[in-house]
Amino acid sequence: MRARRLLALVAKESVQVVRDPSAILIAFVLPTILLFLFAYAVSLDIRNVRLGVVLENDGPAARDLAADFAATRYFEVLPVRHRREVGDMVVSGLLRGVVVIPQDFDRRLATGSRPAIQILTDGSQPNTASFVSGYAEGVVASWLDRRSGLAGTGAASGPAVVLEPRFWFNPEVESRRFLVPGSIAIIMTTIGTLLTALVVSREWERGTMEALFSTPAGIVEILLGKLLPYFALGLLATLGCGLLATTVFDVPLRGSWGALLALSASFLIPALGQGLLISALARNQFVAAQVAVFSGFLPAFLLSGFLFEIDSMPPVIRAVTYVIPARYFVTGLQTVFAAGDVWSLLVPSMLAMLAIGSVFFAITARKTRKSLDR
Amino acid sequence: MNLPRLSALIVKELLSYLRDPKSRITLIGPPIMQLLVFSFAATLEVKNVDVALLDHDHGALSEELVAHVRTSSFVREILPVNGPDELRELIDTGQVLMAIELPDDFSRNLTAGRPARAQVIIDGRHANAGQIALRYLNSIAGRMNQDLRFELGTIRGAPPSGGPVAEIEVRHWFNPNLVYRWFIVPGLVGILAMLLSLLVTSLSIARERELGTFDQLLVSPVTPLEIIVGKTLPALIIGTVMGNVMIAAGVFALRVPFTGSLWMLELSLMLFILSVVGIGLTLSSVCKTQQQAILGVFSIMVPVILISGFATPVENMPAWLQVVAQASPLKHFLIIVHGIFLRSAPGSDVISNAWPLAVIALVTLTLANLIVRRRLQ
Repeated sequence: MRARRLLALVAKESVQVVRDPSAILIAFVLPTILLFLFAYAVSLDIRNVRLGVVLENDGPAARDLAADFAATRYFEVLPVRHRREVGDMVVSGLLRGVVVIPQDFDRRLATGSRPAIQILTDGSQPNTASFVSGYAEGVVASWLDRRSGLAGTGAASGPAVVLEPRFWFNPEVESRRFLVPGSIAIIMTTIGTLLTALVVSREWERGTMEALFSTPAGIVEILLGKLLPYFALGLLATLGCGLLATTVFDVPLRGSWGALLALSASFLIPALGQGLLISALARNQFVAAQVAVFSGFLPAFLLSGFLFEIDSMPPVIRAVTYVIPARYFVTGLQTVFAAGDVWSLLVPSMLAMLAIGSVFFAITARKTRKSLDR
Repeated sequence: MNLPRLSALIVKELLSYLRDPKSRITLIGPPIMQLLVFSFAATLEVKNVDVALLDHDHGALSEELVAHVRTSSFVREILPVNGPDELRELIDTGQVLMAIELPDDFSRNLTAGRPARAQVIIDGRHANAGQIALRYLNSIAGRMNQDLRFELGTIRGAPPSGGPVAEIEVRHWFNPNLVYRWFIVPGLVGILAMLLSLLVTSLSIARERELGTFDQLLVSPVTPLEIIVGKTLPALIIGTVMGNVMIAAGVFALRVPFTGSLWMLELSLMLFILSVVGIGLTLSSVCKTQQQAILGVFSIMVPVILISGFATPVENMPAWLQVVAQASPLKHFLIIVHGIFLRSAPGSDVISNAWPLAVIALVTLTLANLIVRRRLQ
C-alpha cells in the first residue's frame, strides 16, 4: 500500500464531496433540522391533551371537581352537558378522553354512598390513553383527599408509603435530553451508511469503479480512499451536532468531547462498512438506496432504543438489536451527554461496534474482487 | 394527450422497476419484513424493567413493598445492592432503569401510623419509560396505603379512616387492552408505503437525467404532461399495491382490527400515494443526479415523518409546528388510517382529512409539470 496513491484517491474523493451539495445537505443541513425538531417539536412529554368533561348536574361538588380538571396543566378541558355531545368528537380524534361526572354525584356524596365517575379514553392512541386515565384518576384522588381534609378526618396523615422520585442525569425530565443525543445516531447512519452506499454504488453503475481497478491502485487503497473522506465528514458532523446541542439547544455535554468523538468514530466503522457492503452487493443506486434505508436507517430509528425502549420489545426482537450498531451508539451517546464518561459502559459499546464493523468489512472483502466478473 | 404513447411510457417505467430481480426483491421484501419486525419493536409500553434495591430496613413492611414490586407485571428482576456505590454503578451502566432505597425506619414509621419515605431513583436517560414506571410504582404504593389504613383501622379498633371514596370506572374505547400494536401497525403501513413510493419516484426523473435517457425522451414526440403522468401512474400503482399488501398483512398476520370502510381506505391510500408521488417528482425534476434526489427527498421526509404524529402526538408540539405539519401528507393519512382501522371513522371524518391530501397532490404535481416543461425549453 502506497501512501501517495492513497492520498491522491482521498483528495479526489474529498473534492467530489465538497462539490456535491447533497453531501453537505446531509452532513450539516439535515442534522440542524433534525436536532431542532428533537429539541423543540418531537416530544414524548405530554401536553395539551384535549379532554371533555361532562357535567351532568350543577351541584357545587361536581363543579368543584370539574374545576380541578380545568386547572391542571396537562389537560385542555372542553366542558359539556351531555354525554352524546362528545362521543363523535372522540371518534374524530378531536378529544382524547372524556370524564363523566354523573347526575347523582352531589347527592351520593352527601348521603355517604359512593359516587361513580367514568373516565373514557381514545384507546387508539394507547400512550395518551394510559396517561389520561392515570392522571385523571390522580386528579379525582387528590380532590377527594382535599375534601376529606376539609371534613377534618385527617386522611392525609396516617400510615402511608410516600415515594420521593429523583431523576438522575435529567432532573428537569425533558425528553430532549435523551432525544437530541440519540438523534446523532440517526444522522451518522445517514452519512455513514446511506451516503456511502449511494456513492460507491454510483461508481459501480457508471463504470468508474472498473476504471479505478485498471489503475495500479490496490482494492484496499481504492476503498479506503473512498471511505476516509466520509469518515472525516461524519466526525465533523458529530462536532457540529455536539456544538449545536450544547450551545443552542440547551442539552449539556457532561462527558468529554474526546469520548464523544471516539464513540462516533467507533460507530462510523460499522456504518461505513454496512454502506460499503450494500453497494458491493447492489451495484446500482436504486437498489442500494432501498437497502440502505430499510436495513440501515429504519433499524437505527426504530430498533436502537433511541425512541422505543429495547427492554419493552419481545425477546426475539431484543436479540436482533444486539447486532445493530446503532443500539450501542445510542446508549453511548445518551450516557456521554447526560451522565458523563462512564467508561465501564462506553468501552464495551465501542468494542461491540468495532466487532460488527469488522464483520461487515470481512464480508465486503470476500465479495469484492479486483476483476470485471460480476 | 396521446393514449398509446402514454401507455408505452407506463409499461416502460414499470419494466424498469420490475425487470431486475434485485430491484423486484427490494420493492417487495423489505417493506413486508419491516412491517412485521417493527410492529413488534415500536412500543411505548414499559416492560421487563430491572430494579435495584437498597434496603436499610429489612422489616416486615419493607419486605411487603418489595414483594408487591417484584410481582408486578412491569418488573423483570429486583437486584439487591449493599451500598450506594453499587447502586450508582448499576444505574450508570444502564443495568437498571430505577432503584428503590428504603431507610432503616421504614417499617417502624408505618407500624406507628406515620408516613414513611422511600427514595426512587430513575435513570433520566430513559425519562419517558421512567415516568411510566413511576406511575406504576405510585399505584402499587397507593394500593398498599389503602391496605395499611384499613388494617390499622381494624387493629386499633377504630373504624377505617372515613372520608369520601369514589368509584372510578375506566374504559378505553376502540382498544380496551391498550394493545400498542394496534396503534403502530396502521402508522407503519403509512410510513412504509410512503418511503417506498418516495424512493421509487425520487429516482425516476433524476435517474433518467443521470443516465442520459431523459434527453432521449425529450427528442421524442412525448409531451411534458405525458412524461409526468407516465411517471406518476407506475409509482401510484406500485405504492398502492404494496400499501394493500401491508394492510392485508396487518389485518391477517398481525391481527389488527379493521372496523371502518375498506373502499374509503383504498381511496384515501391512493390520494396519499398520489400526494407523496407529487412531492417526489417535484424534487426529482430539480435534481441533477440520483444521489441528490435520494438525499434531498430523505432530508425532507425524515423531518416530515417526525412531525406527522407517528410516534409522538401532533398535539404535543408547539402551535407553529402544528401549522407546518398540515403540509405533511402523512399527518392527514395517519388520522384517516387510525380512524378507519380502530375508530370506525364515518365518511365525514375521512373526507375532512382527505381533502388536504388532494390539495397537496394537485399542487405538487402541477409544480412538477411546470418544472419539466421549463427544462424542455
